[in-house]
Amino acid sequence: MKFYADLHLCPSLERTDEARELIQKSAELGYDAVGVAFPFGVGQEKIQAVREVCKTFGLDLVTRVDLTPNNPASLLKSLRSLRRQFEVIAVLCLSKAVARQAAKDRRVDVVSFPSTDFRKRFFDSAEAALASEAMVSFEVDMSPLLRLQGFQRSRLLSFLRKETLIARKSHVPIVLSSGASSASLLRKPEDYAFLSYLFGLDFSGAMRGLCENPRTIVERNRKKLSPNYVAPGVYIVRRGEDCHDG
Amino acid sequence: MRRRYIAVKIESNHPVEERDFYEAVWTSILKLFGEYGASQAELALVDYDLEANQAILRCSHKALDLVRASIVAVTGIRNEKAAAHILLVSGTLKSLRRKLPGHKTADRGASAL
Repeated sequence: MKFYADLHLCPSLERTDEARELIQKSAELGYDAVGVAFPFGVGQEKIQAVREVCKTFGLDLVTRVDLTPNNPASLLKSLRSLRRQFEVIAVLCLSKAVARQAAKDRRVDVVSFPSTDFRKRFFDSAEAALASEAMVSFEVDMSPLLRLQGFQRSRLLSFLRKETLIARKSHVPIVLSSGASSASLLRKPEDYAFLSYLFGLDFSGAMRGLCENPRTIVERNRKKLSPNYVAPGVYIVRRGEDCHDG
Repeated sequence: MRRRYIAVKIESNHPVEERDFYEAVWTSILKLFGEYGASQAELALVDYDLEANQAILRCSHKALDLVRASIVAVTGIRNEKAAAHILLVSGTLKSLRRKLPGHKTADRGASAL
């Protein structure tokens, strides 16, 4: 069975009705899980409130934080404090140094690049090689493709075409997300797959970016965040009284 | 010539006339693929259900990817926010209608408006 996840919803958490509308719309469009981007230092009660809304509509909430560090040191500092708090860590890379650091750090789940500032799109083959080794995914937000027009959209499509080709050559998982802050920019998973034709991603590749790749990230991180995780490959399988031999 | 029939659900807070919807799709094709691309699409509006906000479009099978991407890229109709979701694609109108539950048949022939 397909498991559709949109790992990047950007509701304004101050306006709960807007967040609710986005989540409801995602459920109507056939998603199984949504990743909501929370700001730094968000309280557990806010996350719990969003989780309750998701539960109402039968959605699985994936907690996510978007980092936009100015330099690699600031990225490392943020990762140290936030990795255990969020299920998905995304880095919006605004400099080459940050992009390289993010791509080689296993604590980062997805890297993304600005959709309108094309000089800051640093996803080249060197970046892809690092990302592939560290299992970092390349995220494509689809809402700019709907929002932008004319020259900017054609430039973005041109960059995305090159970047997805590089990602596929280097076996970097591609994640397709909405990146939507309003319900009118949300589309069905299949619709996003059709839209990805514009930058040369075939239907099956797009569906992987909407189903398998996001699920892999979420499952991997949930395992790591569970109390039974000790180290890579080491998990507690029994504890307490379970350890006594029959 | 082989054709494809596409069932589309239109979402808008305002009632959408068939001519406006067709124009929005046409504009989207022109914006994304230009006049050359649009000429390959051979797009026609086959059916439009105003109550259900559903439409059936016909296009050349070679231009299916192009047309699907353009339909999804529709974000507004007559300066109002709107979205179009693809429900089904089929090779014949008969099978599309069979698979499409609750669609009222109001066949007007394939009019290119």
